[in-house]
Amino acid sequence: MTKRASDVSASPPSPSRRRSKYTLAPLVLIAANVVLFSLFFVWPAVIGLVYSFTNYTGVGAFQFIGLENYHNLIGDSTFYNALTRTLLYAVLFVPLNFGASLLIANLLVSKHAKGGTVARVIFFIPWLLSPIVVGVLWRWLFGENFGLVNYIIEQFGGGAVPWQSNADLSLLVVVMAASWTWTGFSMLLFIAAIKNVPVSYYEAASLDGAGPWRQFFSITLPSIAPTSFIVILLNTINAMKEYPVFVALNNGGPGSSNNLLVQYIYETGFKRGQIGYASAASFVLMIILMAVAIIQLIVNRRVENR
Amino acid sequence: MTTTDIPRPVDADPEKAVAKKRPRKPVSGNLRRAVPATTLLWILACLYGLPVLWFILSSLKPASDLFSYPLSLVPHNPTLSGYFQAWRSANFSQYFINTTLVCVITTILTVGVSCCTGYALAKYDNRWLKAFFICILATTMLPGEVMLAPSFLVVRNLGLYNSFTGIVLPAVLTATGCFMFRQFFLTVPDELLEAARIDGARELSIFVRIMVPISRPIMLTLAILSFQWRWNDYIWPLLMLNDPDKFTVQIGIQSIVGAQNINWSVLLGASVISMIPLIVVFLVFQRYVMSADINAGLKD
Repeated sequence: MTKRASDVSASPPSPSRRRSKYTLAPLVLIAANVVLFSLFFVWPAVIGLVYSFTNYTGVGAFQFIGLENYHNLIGDSTFYNALTRTLLYAVLFVPLNFGASLLIANLLVSKHAKGGTVARVIFFIPWLLSPIVVGVLWRWLFGENFGLVNYIIEQFGGGAVPWQSNADLSLLVVVMAASWTWTGFSMLLFIAAIKNVPVSYYEAASLDGAGPWRQFFSITLPSIAPTSFIVILLNTINAMKEYPVFVALNNGGPGSSNNLLVQYIYETGFKRGQIGYASAASFVLMIILMAVAIIQLIVNRRVENR
Repeated sequence: MTTTDIPRPVDADPEKAVAKKRPRKPVSGNLRRAVPATTLLWILACLYGLPVLWFILSSLKPASDLFSYPLSLVPHNPTLSGYFQAWRSANFSQYFINTTLVCVITTILTVGVSCCTGYALAKYDNRWLKAFFICILATTMLPGEVMLAPSFLVVRNLGLYNSFTGIVLPAVLTATGCFMFRQFFLTVPDELLEAARIDGARELSIFVRIMVPISRPIMLTLAILSFQWRWNDYIWPLLMLNDPDKFTVQIGIQSIVGAQNINWSVLLGASVISMIPLIVVFLVFQRYVMSADINAGLKD
């Protein structure tokens, strides 16, 4: 008994032992991911970085050519087109998806809207579909000669809309398709966040006479700020690396007008075999994504500290 | 409160009956808010549901009716021929087994590994843990699609080319999974951890005995996410697999889309077939995901 008591009193005040214990436990916990991270992320990233300074074509020997790839990239109009198109796509897609999923999440959580359980399933199903199936589905819906949408427009007396052959309309279809697909996921995150807001806040607010809009802007929105941050971050990244939906919908077309960055990288790397040049483009994309993430982290921190 | 009839055996939902009979006055305030909210919700639901509905109904049409005007929403003489044709045209049953195997193994590994990592990132304060968190965030910055060529070379050097291991292992580490578990464990009060420590529990047993059980809602959510990601993976399996017996469902569909003249009847059938497993998994588990009280048992 006395021995046990002395044990208890002796163990806590030894800080060095405690710290080592806390180092080992997290290390064990993250070990598997550290291994996977170094094998399938660091290693390819390093190889890719090395290739970006070479003229490697996928086979045979290669030479180091310094910064020439990056130099060429600056003067490459195809690359610029891909870059601006990707940014435009992200600028359209992220707010549309954010607004739609936040609105739907609020409606689903609200006790006034009936049939939420069924509606939730309907909103979630598009997200289950693979990008290829989504592309096929919207191609079927927005086909210029055979699609349902043009059929309805023609029934109401309009002319066939060139969804496939007009570059901007084609981009718009992809924006809609992608927002449609990703709503379910963002919505799920929002619903969880909104449900975690303590009900007592709303009760207090309605006692003080705050209406639903005021409650939304003063309670819900600030309370779910961390989730909004995740949703915007994930969606921006998804938008920047979008590829399969574009390919399945219109093959990045018409022509190559809607080739986004990843498709540009894929085509220069695999179809034309310029792996070195494609790697350089990959690193430009990575720097953009890093910048987006850092800007959002800073903004998020500033909002949270306010 | 109101005088209702004697509950009939048919009346399975007494609450509804009471609500119907409730005097109008106090309800009208609720009703005024319920009508626009419900209407808006269902207009949006129809907008979101229509594309899939149109797609599935189209897949039931015989090939000759697909493009015949006027278009009709409901097929006149529904047929499953598109499905059978799709099932026979490629080695679909084999693709299904392959995809299921890959999905299940990857999902189990992803959930386990992400739970451990997310917990460590949320509950331990270390400089190198923060560094590793930034590293994990970095993986989302450089998606697999961007690093296709170097990743391919790495996996080939590991001797995993044309094997399921080569598809499973690179997919286990996901930033979203770690992020989800981290966010969840951040909401778990530190007092719970401290109390367990004071009671003399060891770090890893705190994790296994307390933290893993309370994170079950997140586990189920991530499991469904992961299953969906892997089921829908296309580019990586396509690059990794050489042997047609190991192909996945998405590659099977792409082989139809990639044809010079798209056979819409087969394409619609194959796409709908590929949707079924995910929708079934989701409908079975959706109760756990959708109504998951992510804050389970940890009120304030």
